[in-house]
Amino acid sequence: MSALIKSTRDLLRYPSAIIGLLSIGALLAISAYALVTIPYSEATRLWRGGEDVWYQNPKYAPPAWMNFFSNEKQPVSFAVSSKEGGGMTKTVTVGEQNTSTILITYSFDYAYDKFPQELILYFKSSFQDKLPFVSVAWITPSGERIRIADLAVDRTQTFRISQDQKLQKRLKTEDVLPALFVEPKSESASPVKGTYQIEISAVTFEPDADVDVEFVMHGTLYGPAGTDQYRRDLMLPLLWGTPIALAFGLLAALGTSLLTMIIAAIGSWYGGWIDELIQRITEINLVLPFLAILIMVGTFYSRSIWVILGVTVLLSIFSGQIKTYRAVFMQSKVSPYIEAARAYGTTDRRIIFSYLIPRMIPLLIPALVSSVPTFVFLEASLAVLGLGDPVLPTWGKVIENAFADGALYRGLYYWVLEPAVLLMLTGLGFAMLGFALDRIFNPRLRDI
Amino acid sequence: MFQNNNLLRIEDLVLHFGTTRGAVQAVDKVNFDLDSNHAVVVLGESGCGKSSLAKAILRLLPRNVVSYSGHVYLDGNDIMQLDEEEFRQNIRWASISMVPQAAMNALNPVIRVGDQVAEPAIVHLGVSKNDAVALVKKMFQHVGVPEDFITRYPFELSGGMRQRVAIAMALVTSPNLIILDEPTSALDVLTQASIFNVLKRLKSELGISFILITHDIATSSELADRVAVMYAGQIVEVSDAHRFFAEPLHPYSRMLMASVPRLRADTEPEFIIGQPPSLLNPPKGCRFADRCPRRFEKCSEEPPVANVDGIKVKCWLYTS
Amino acid sequence: MTDKQRDVLLSIQDLHVWFELRRFGFGHAGYVKAVDGVTFDLHYGETIAIVGESGCGKSSLMKTILGLNKPTRGAIKFENLDVGTPEGEALRQYRAKIGYVQQDPFGALAPFMNVQRILEEPLIINGVKDPVERERRVRKVMEEVKLTPVDDFLHKFPHMLSGGQQQRVVIARAIILEPKLVVADEPVSMLDASVRVEILKLLRGLQEKYKLAVIYITHDLSTVRYFSERVFVMYAGNVVEKAPVGSLVHNPKHPYTVALKDATADPDANNALTYRELPPGEPPSLVKPPPGCRFHPRCPRRIENLCEVEEPYDIQADDHLVACWLYK
Ligand SMILES: Nc1ncnc2c1ncn2[C@@H]1O[C@H](COP(=O)(O)OP(=O)(O)O)[C@@H](O)[C@H]1O
Ligand SMILES: Nc1ncnc2c1ncn2[C@@H]1O[C@H](COP(=O)(O)OP(=O)(O)O)[C@@H](O)[C@H]1O
Ligand code: SF4
Ligand SMILES: [Mg+2]
Ligand SMILES: [Mg+2]
Repeated sequence: MSALIKSTRDLLRYPSAIIGLLSIGALLAISAYALVTIPYSEATRLWRGGEDVWYQNPKYAPPAWMNFFSNEKQPVSFAVSSKEGGGMTKTVTVGEQNTSTILITYSFDYAYDKFPQELILYFKSSFQDKLPFVSVAWITPSGERIRIADLAVDRTQTFRISQDQKLQKRLKTEDVLPALFVEPKSESASPVKGTYQIEISAVTFEPDADVDVEFVMHGTLYGPAGTDQYRRDLMLPLLWGTPIALAFGLLAALGTSLLTMIIAAIGSWYGGWIDELIQRITEINLVLPFLAILIMVGTFYSRSIWVILGVTVLLSIFSGQIKTYRAVFMQSKVSPYIEAARAYGTTDRRIIFSYLIPRMIPLLIPALVSSVPTFVFLEASLAVLGLGDPVLPTWGKVIENAFADGALYRGLYYWVLEPAVLLMLTGLGFAMLGFALDRIFNPRLRDI
Repeated sequence: MFQNNNLLRIEDLVLHFGTTRGAVQAVDKVNFDLDSNHAVVVLGESGCGKSSLAKAILRLLPRNVVSYSGHVYLDGNDIMQLDEEEFRQNIRWASISMVPQAAMNALNPVIRVGDQVAEPAIVHLGVSKNDAVALVKKMFQHVGVPEDFITRYPFELSGGMRQRVAIAMALVTSPNLIILDEPTSALDVLTQASIFNVLKRLKSELGISFILITHDIATSSELADRVAVMYAGQIVEVSDAHRFFAEPLHPYSRMLMASVPRLRADTEPEFIIGQPPSLLNPPKGCRFADRCPRRFEKCSEEPPVANVDGIKVKCWLYTS
Repeated sequence: MTDKQRDVLLSIQDLHVWFELRRFGFGHAGYVKAVDGVTFDLHYGETIAIVGESGCGKSSLMKTILGLNKPTRGAIKFENLDVGTPEGEALRQYRAKIGYVQQDPFGALAPFMNVQRILEEPLIINGVKDPVERERRVRKVMEEVKLTPVDDFLHKFPHMLSGGQQQRVVIARAIILEPKLVVADEPVSMLDASVRVEILKLLRGLQEKYKLAVIYITHDLSTVRYFSERVFVMYAGNVVEKAPVGSLVHNPKHPYTVALKDATADPDANNALTYRELPPGEPPSLVKPPPGCRFHPRCPRRIENLCEVEEPYDIQADDHLVACWLYK
């Protein structure tokens, strides 16, 4: 225990260790948050997506914080609903002869310099035969009231304000939205800032009838991470990509290092044909095209991340590292303490696992930690090549989508940069920690 | 102030290393001197600061030195005052060279031994490559390595031969003084004895002086004119070899002497109980006090150096 | 001294240990004849010293006795059991019967194990399952080698110990299985001169207390008289002289033993005044040792036309057995 405290204290003497631990800590916190707040099934469902899941979001919306970097503030999307806790105020007044009047209002501050892309109302109503009747009104900051629509709504009905032809006629313009956000008859090209209100009043004609509405504004910006071409909130793959990347990286690094080491230990301890065989396999494996095999597996067999992980580990076991380990094992094999262990009757297995391998741990741990990012990058690269796991939201998939959609040509840098920053954070974190660990475990490198 | 034949005189030499746990007082106010064409043996247990003393004399310092002071007079000039460039040109290897601890195992495995011996002559004396070959052959003759070994690699040589090569490397720049740091500790008796024959010959035929660092009293007597006993960073006794090997004065020296197994006498060797103190935080008084069978009250204060008919002893027993 | 009545514990008959030399990793290129025809008996509770220069085959001989090398030829009997060729489990069990003290105490201790674990290992491997019993035995053996107070040392790692303390741990490990024989291969040559006597006295104390048989290997004649009853002198893979210790030290017979004795210094200022007489050259190659007596190229007293032709055999001279034609 005290040894643990001591090594931790040793570790914290290195600034690189602190940077590394902070980065890794941040990634772990993100992972924990993602796993707790978004269950796996939910994550895959959301990622599979479709219009019914993501209809509320705009496409290609950069994240909201883009406004920090620009004087011209872009509208940030939002969605509210009249359901309990949905943000809108809803009052129901029961009238005579089974009628009720439902008044739904929502007011919001609009402080942007651009017009939104779209305003949409999604109605949901319940009734037996008689459709509820709805009137929608828009109230500008100056208090002017604009009639938007009067309609009978079906069980579900979508009303896109900009595309309503009656409204276009009434406002005498094709561009409905600008008309709603400027004072009537003014020539201004930018929206008036202030508090707007939308007011939906519905009348139902049956005892248990009800009307609910979702009001969605598609701005040009969306949320903390933005959206992609399928309107998906990029927070999902960024959050969920973290535990996946870490799991892939750590499992691959751990699996590869441990197996490599055990095989190297067995080979160097027994020598003879076992060692020869391992050496030959390594040499063959070294000339096998690693990526090409992964691509073939991905194309013809399975793109499941676990299959790819397995193949990656399998192909990485017999790597050049095996020769490095072997060289060290050959040295410790003849060291006096191994000879002593043989002399008091230690079995081969115990020598390998309790004497040879522990000696290697100081070499193994820094190498293992430093190799995590390699595998994280590998997984991302495979995804970019279109071999990402088909169901999991990952960083690599985000980049792939971005490229496939020409994000960089369209100036949608956020789409690539966000996963790239996380990848770099991973690389930096593990590399820095590995560096510090190397200094600690291999004191030859240490300054006195 | 100096006798004519005084070659080296060390006064209050201090070398402390910094570590995370404090300063290691590896060399702490060391004094002794050495006459020309003489050999002084620095005798002490491992860790007492012998190698550090050698490094301090040759100013071959690691990076974590926190304290380095005192005087080292070579032929009457204080070489501690020289700047690094002068030191490198006139002192290190030119006047004083060294066979470092375990030098025979530190030879470069991929360079022929002849080239390795020539290296200091080329670097320090500017000898040409061709002259160097002749020089190396001469050195090999001095140290008893067959001439045709020039083209061999270290692994083709026995331990004794490699140690001779290491000595040749120290000898090739014709210094006046060679510091030998444990030159024979890893060698067999016959090889040890033959290396000492070489050193004796260098001393008598070339007039070279030696500082011989060792923990082995028996072999140290093969070369010693004077003996300096080191304990926990300090010199506790400096004596003439004849008087020292007949009867040392300091209690530590006496116990060291009593611990030597002898082939030709029937005395039972006795060992010294306990361990030397840590150099991080050595005791205030006599550093040997808690192992000393003769300690008394005074020993809790630092003993002065007493002069007993020319023998210098750092012990309260000899102050009058 | 050697008690003729004592039973033989270990018997070595004409033992050869040859290592095959390979050219470029394959292709036979001769043998290193590290041990080339060694015969002796060791009795219960007896201590013998094997003296010789490094490379003469001392360690190869010991490792073969310990079951770490395969003998090329010859027989080893331990407690009347032929142990020349055990395999697998039998070999493993045989190895555990002999304690082994190595030359380099720091190298002999696994750097990642603490003292307790180091001492427990032989117990675990040899079937002491109860941890309480193991700790009891570890503590007892640490008392024996004076690693006290035990609690101060139990959890220390080798690099925290001085050379002498490390060697105590090695000795403790060698005796923890209560062997009848301990092999000590240059146990003090890597230690500081001031600690050597301490360790040798410890070994001798244990030897006397437990009536251990000990084979003490050294290149330093001056320590053998404090330790052993008989001394064997080895040169280039052969034992050239066997004698009781006192007689060997005071009156060596083989010219090589004489040379060894002459080269060994006692502290004496007069040593510096003269050159030592030494045999010229170095020990021969063990791949192609010289014909006849292996010492003849360096021997000051060799007999022409005999020593370089015929190999001397053990010749009785007083209480010595000397492989030298001078005693024929
Ligand atoms: N560069 C260094 N930094 C810190 N401590 C050192 C350094 N070099 C030597 N020491 C310590 O100084 C003491 C004396 O070392 P050394 O001069 O090598 O002793 P010796 O040669 O007598 O064995 C030892 O305790 C050693 O650990
Ligand atoms: N495993 C081995 N393979 C090849 N040669 C060996 C092996 N072990 C020892 N030797 C050689 O055998 C000779 C004797 O070595 P060793 O028994 O270690 O001598 P000693 O212990 O007397 O110094 C040396 O020449 C050494 O190089
Ligand atoms: S047998 Fe001959 S050569 Fe060998 S030691 Fe005796 S005298 Fe010398
Ligand atoms: Mg030293
Ligand atoms: Mg050996």
